[in-house]
Amino acid sequence: MSTTTSPVTTPVRPRVAGGPARAFLAVLWRDLYVTGRELPVFLAQVVLQPLFLLFVFGKVLADLGFTQPGYTRVLFPGIVALTAVVTGLQSTAFPLVIDFSFTKEIEDRLLAPLPVGMVAVEKVVFASMRALLAALVMLPIGVWVLGSIPWPASGVPLFLTVLVLGCLVGSCLGMIMGTAVPPNRINVMFALILTPLLFTGASQYPWTSLDDLRWFQVVTALNPLTYVSEGMRAALVPEVPHIRPWVSVLVLILTIVVSLAVGIRLFLRRAVD
Amino acid sequence: MEVGVEGNGQGPVVEVRDLVKRYRKAKVNAVDGVSFAVRRGEVLGLLGPNGAGKTTTVGVLTTRVRRTGGTACVSGVDVGVDPVRARRLVAVVPQRNNLDRSLSIRQNLLFHAAYHGVPAAERTRRASELLEEFGLADRADDKPDMFSGGQAQRVMVARALMHAPEVLFLDEPTAGLDPAARLFVWDRVRDLRARGVTVVLTTHDMDEAAELADRVGIMDHGKLLALDTPAALTRGLPGRTTLEVAVVLDGSSAEDLVAGLGALDGVERVEPVGAATGPPGGWPPMGGGPMGGGRPGGGPPGDGGSPAGRAPASPAAPPRELRARLYLLGEAPAMVAPVAALVASHRAQLTDVAIGAPSLEDVFIALTGRALR
Repeated sequence: MSTTTSPVTTPVRPRVAGGPARAFLAVLWRDLYVTGRELPVFLAQVVLQPLFLLFVFGKVLADLGFTQPGYTRVLFPGIVALTAVVTGLQSTAFPLVIDFSFTKEIEDRLLAPLPVGMVAVEKVVFASMRALLAALVMLPIGVWVLGSIPWPASGVPLFLTVLVLGCLVGSCLGMIMGTAVPPNRINVMFALILTPLLFTGASQYPWTSLDDLRWFQVVTALNPLTYVSEGMRAALVPEVPHIRPWVSVLVLILTIVVSLAVGIRLFLRRAVD
Repeated sequence: MEVGVEGNGQGPVVEVRDLVKRYRKAKVNAVDGVSFAVRRGEVLGLLGPNGAGKTTTVGVLTTRVRRTGGTACVSGVDVGVDPVRARRLVAVVPQRNNLDRSLSIRQNLLFHAAYHGVPAAERTRRASELLEEFGLADRADDKPDMFSGGQAQRVMVARALMHAPEVLFLDEPTAGLDPAARLFVWDRVRDLRARGVTVVLTTHDMDEAAELADRVGIMDHGKLLALDTPAALTRGLPGRTTLEVAVVLDGSSAEDLVAGLGALDGVERVEPVGAATGPPGGWPPMGGGPMGGGRPGGGPPGDGGSPAGRAPASPAAPPRELRARLYLLGEAPAMVAPVAALVASHRAQLTDVAIGAPSLEDVFIALTGRALR
C-alpha cells in the first residue's frame, strides 16, 4: 500500500456555482451518461418485447390469415403506447427498488444540494426520456416488420402529445411501484402488476370494440395505458373508433399529476427517515 | 457565488441541542435529548454500542433523518430548516459501500463534485489530487465492484472531500476492515485533522475513539452520557487509576508492607499480584488500554510487564519480592513519592513502578454498568 504523506489537497473551499437547478442537471446527466454508454443493451432490453408482439400479432398471424386485414393498423399504435408506458414504468421502478433496498447508490444524489423531491422528479424525467426513445425506435421497427405504418401528418401533434404523456404516466406509476413495494415482494409484484397492465391497456384491441364485453371494458378503463393506446389511435388511425382525444389527454394529465404527487411522497418516505 | 456561512472561526461548526428522534412505529426514542457542539478543526468521536443512536445523530446532521425534536445546525445552518444548504456543508462516509457501480472510481469523484456544483476544471484537478493522495491513481478507471472493503472506504473518503465540506461525518469508518486498511483510515483522519477539517466519527471501538478523537462522546440508549477528552473522561474514575509496584523485601514482612500501603492517603485498596503471592496474573485488564498512561510509569518497556521472571525464590523460603497493585482515589503520579517513602521506611527496595490508567471501556462500564462489547 503506497501511502503518500504529503498533505495535498488544500483546505480551500472550491468555488461552487449554481443552485439546485445545476445539481438537478448534474444528476440527470449522470443517468443519461450511464444509459448512453450502454445504449445497445438498453434498446435490446426495452424493444425486444414490443418487437415480438408486433411480429407475432401483426405479421405472423396476419400472414397466416388468423387476423382481419387492417388489424396491424389497430395494433401498431397500441404497441407504441405499450412500449412508452412499460419502458417508463420499468425505468423508474427497477432502479429505485435496487437503489433503495440493495446498492444504496442513490444516497450520493440524495446528499446533493437539491431538494429530495427534485431527485424523484429527475428519476421521472430521465425514465420518460428513456421511454420516449424506446417508443420512437418502434417507428422504424414498425416499418421494418409490417412494411408500412400509419403516419398521417395531421395526427403527428396529437401523437407526440400522447406519446409524452404516456411516457410520463409510465414513469410516475413506476415511481410508486419502486418506492411502495417491499424488496422481498418485488418479483411477485412485478408479475402481478406488469402482466395485467400489458393486457388490459387496450393496446392489442380498440377499447370501443369491447362494448359486448362490458366487464372487461370497465377493467380496461381503469388502466392508464388504455388512454395512451386510444390517444395514439386517434392520432394515427382516426378511422378506427376510439375514445375522444380530449378525454384521453385529460385522463392522462390527471393521472400524471396524482401519481407524481403520490410517487414523490413515497419517495420522500424512503429517502428521509 | 456564495457558499454558505463560513462562520466566524470561533463558534461551533456543529451544534446539536436537545435532539430527539423517534422512528415511525418505534416505541422508544432512537436519539433522546442529545446536545453537543463541535469546534472547527476538531475530531469528535461518538462512542457506543450498536443501537446507541450514533448513526441516527449523524443521519440528522446529514439531512437523511428528520428530527423529532430539538435543533441541529452545521455552520449556523439549521439542517432541518434548510437541508439543501446544509448538504453543501457536510459530507458523509457511510458504513456501507454506496459507490456508484455504473461509474469508474474517477467518475464517482467527478460526478459527486458535479452534483455539488464544483466547476469542471476544478473537479478534474481535485479528483486527480485526491486519487493520488489516497493511493488510488493507478486504479482510477476501475469500477468499484472490484474493490475490497478498505479500498472502497478510501474511495468514499476521497469522494466526500471532493466538495470540500465543512464537516466530514465518518460512520463506523473502520468496521469490518483489516488492520492495514484500518490504520490507513486512521492516518487519513489524522491528515484531515492536520489540515483543519472538522470530523465527526462514530465507532463502537474504544481504541479508535481514543486514538483519533480530540473529544469522545459516550452514547447509550439514545443519550449522550459523557463528552470530554479521553484523558478527562478516564481521569477521576475513583479506584480506576492504579499504581503497580514491585518491591524486593529483604527480610521485611510482606503483610506489613501491604497493610502500610493500604493505609496511605488516596489508596482505596491494595491487591498483591504476580509471582510472589497470588496467581501469576501479569497485568489484568485494568490498565491495558493503549491510551493515556498505559505504558509509561517508571521502568523501561519490557521491564514492567514481566512479573513472573524475577522471583526465583524457592517455595519454602519466605517471599523475597512483592508485587502489588494499588487502586487509587486520585491521580497516580502524585502517589509515587508517598509509596516510595513508605517502602523505604520498611527497609524494602522499590524496583518497579507502573501507572495503569483506566480505558474508555472502564468509563463506559462506569456509566452504563455493562461492557461495551
